[in-house]
Amino acid sequence: MAAGTFAQAHTLPLVGLEDAVHEGPASKRIITGYGFWIFLLSDIVMFSCFFAAYAVLLGQTAGGPTGAQLFNLPNVAIETACLLLSSFFCGMASVAAEIRSHRWFQIWMAVTCVLGLAFLAIEFHEFADLVARGAGPSRSAFLSAFFALVGCHGLHVSAGVLWLLTMMAQVFAKGFRADIQRRFLCFALFWHALDIIWVGVFSVVYLLGSAA
Amino acid sequence: MSELHDAYHQAGLAPGDEEEINVRYRVLGYVVGLALAILLTATSFFVAGTDLVWQPSIPVAIVVLAIAQMGVHLVFFLHITTGPDNTNNVMALAFGVLIVCLLVFGSIWVMINMNQNMMPIPMDKMLQMQP
Repeated sequence: MAAGTFAQAHTLPLVGLEDAVHEGPASKRIITGYGFWIFLLSDIVMFSCFFAAYAVLLGQTAGGPTGAQLFNLPNVAIETACLLLSSFFCGMASVAAEIRSHRWFQIWMAVTCVLGLAFLAIEFHEFADLVARGAGPSRSAFLSAFFALVGCHGLHVSAGVLWLLTMMAQVFAKGFRADIQRRFLCFALFWHALDIIWVGVFSVVYLLGSAA
Repeated sequence: MSELHDAYHQAGLAPGDEEEINVRYRVLGYVVGLALAILLTATSFFVAGTDLVWQPSIPVAIVVLAIAQMGVHLVFFLHITTGPDNTNNVMALAFGVLIVCLLVFGSIWVMINMNQNMMPIPMDKMLQMQP
């Protein structure tokens, strides 16, 4: 009976959602998420500068190797699979955080972390291979733009992995407190946004770059 | 527990939030998003390497597939929707998209024009121009 009245009291305002939205200031979670969303959009604007530079410099190979000669598309497909699956498991961790399941949260975060590290390992190997073949960032304007764009994304993923580990530690030490939940919301947004940028990278850099 | 979450969520939604705390429903959302993303990615890689489609259409197809996949990620992973409580997030996104389009297409447009209108400078002339 008591539970019934509680549920009713809290579902009634939701029926008139348009009215409820305008009642008082938004919760801290909404404001934190909105602020972080603004940061992510500015990060995406920064990436768009690197994308523009790459698109403009795609043909400026200075007599050096072109994208079609350098890029290994099966490798890129594996990288894409790693990042896409890690984004999915980050979503699973979000669900686990929402229902406050410590065990599933740590398991899905660990899976996310392993997939992120696998992505970084493949990318590092690819970069080392390119440099070893004399196609380093100083070879041509095209390769400078390539290393700047893909390297910047790789640095973001590295920072994301460090953040992921600190989130695991924070949840382990402090539990699902409201402030920890907000930090995790920001982390999940960051990780998903990196995947969106990677969609642009594999489409524009690798697929269009090896066609050109 | 669901009462707690009802109270927690009735004020509105942040990006990354969804209306209901129904585990099966939420997991299903991520699974659908993953399936769509895999489908679009696989199509993109297939189109890039195939001879079956008209060659000049391939770059356009790759760009369209990429934009579609970004949309899938935004809706299913970041939960940016067109709901009334998501207006601020959508407005910020719209502004971000405007700036990104101006930057990328503006740069490409200007540089293509410049490449077409500038005479190529021979290498020996270029060396003479250096102080």
